[in-house]
Amino acid sequence: MTMNLFRFSSPQTFYPLAGRLVPVFAVLAALSCIFGLYLGFFVAPSDAVQGEVYRIIFIHVPAAWMSMFIYVVMAFWSAIGLGLGTRLSFYMTRALAPTGALFCFIALWTGALWGRPTWGTYWVWDARLTSQLLLQFLYFGFIALTSAIEDPRRADKAGAIITLVGVINVPVIYFSVKWWNTLHQGASVSLTKAPSMATTMLLGMLVMAFATWFYSLAMSLYRVRGIILERERHTDWARQLISKGEPK
Amino acid sequence: MKARHKRFLLIGICMALLAGATALVLFAFNDNLMLFHTPSEVAAGKVPQGRAFKLGGMVLKGSFSREADGITTHFTLTDTAQNVPVLFRGALPDLFKEGKGAVAEGSLDAQGVFVATTILAKHDENYMPPPARDAIDKAHATERTLK
Repeated sequence: MTMNLFRFSSPQTFYPLAGRLVPVFAVLAALSCIFGLYLGFFVAPSDAVQGEVYRIIFIHVPAAWMSMFIYVVMAFWSAIGLGLGTRLSFYMTRALAPTGALFCFIALWTGALWGRPTWGTYWVWDARLTSQLLLQFLYFGFIALTSAIEDPRRADKAGAIITLVGVINVPVIYFSVKWWNTLHQGASVSLTKAPSMATTMLLGMLVMAFATWFYSLAMSLYRVRGIILERERHTDWARQLISKGEPK
Repeated sequence: MKARHKRFLLIGICMALLAGATALVLFAFNDNLMLFHTPSEVAAGKVPQGRAFKLGGMVLKGSFSREADGITTHFTLTDTAQNVPVLFRGALPDLFKEGKGAVAEGSLDAQGVFVATTILAKHDENYMPPPARDAIDKAHATERTLK
């Protein structure tokens, strides 16, 4: 039997699938978060130069990665939505935005708290910090724009365009520490070179990265179910689910 | 060509044009996107005259000294090609160290000394536990004595 993945592009078939996946990802997120934080705060050694402050990386780095990655995923769904006209793609884009904005805020906030004791300042207008702040505004802009437009289908399109325009910023954030001189250090972990950190530190960070993945999946699927019900409320199947009171 | 292929092509072309435009803008503003000037730029006179700017480099080993008042410090910032002497009165960040990166904010005086009002320590991307750091330092010391 060949499975046709495209049938899940229909909100009606995707709704129950998302419902089954949410608890799975939520449990995985909780477990990997507990394990990752345990590794980060109890197992990993302190850093030779920074002492204990460096432990912020177990939250800061995964959050920063996720804030960029979610934006790229939003851009992907926006392009699919504009190209194929699939409603569900736009729902996914809108479901992802608050989680992306949250991770972006966490990255900026923990970075500021780390910057004070290590660099000697909470904030500096270097290319990395400024482009990450721009990402925060792009998230807020997307949420504000899509909520401000009354007609949902026009809101979808406008949101998709702003997402695609803003995605140019993501490579700029990533490469900013290479292209320009910045106060922010270069990448400790990248695909092109061996990681420049001790193994247990790296492990803790990667487990936390998985935790952010699972959390984002759980939250966006949970949120997209709400959006599906709201937007499909004119259909029979959605109306039936809503009238039952407790949508499954 | 189907309608959806046309739409994807349009999206692709728009994205490529947008990326190109962004690249041109970033390229044009390249100098303004740098956080700090280097000692070589100071030597070449390519720094703002008579107003504050940021100077970044490595704190030259053996250049750090503190005056008797306890808060006035002298050190040299280097990019290995050129050196700039720096004078700073105030508290240094914890990570400030000889041989490590630092960014100073201030301006050049008539004698070519950079009078800093703020010092920021630049951290590198290496994270390791203290024993590993000790081992590396020892290895470097051995290497030096063997030379």
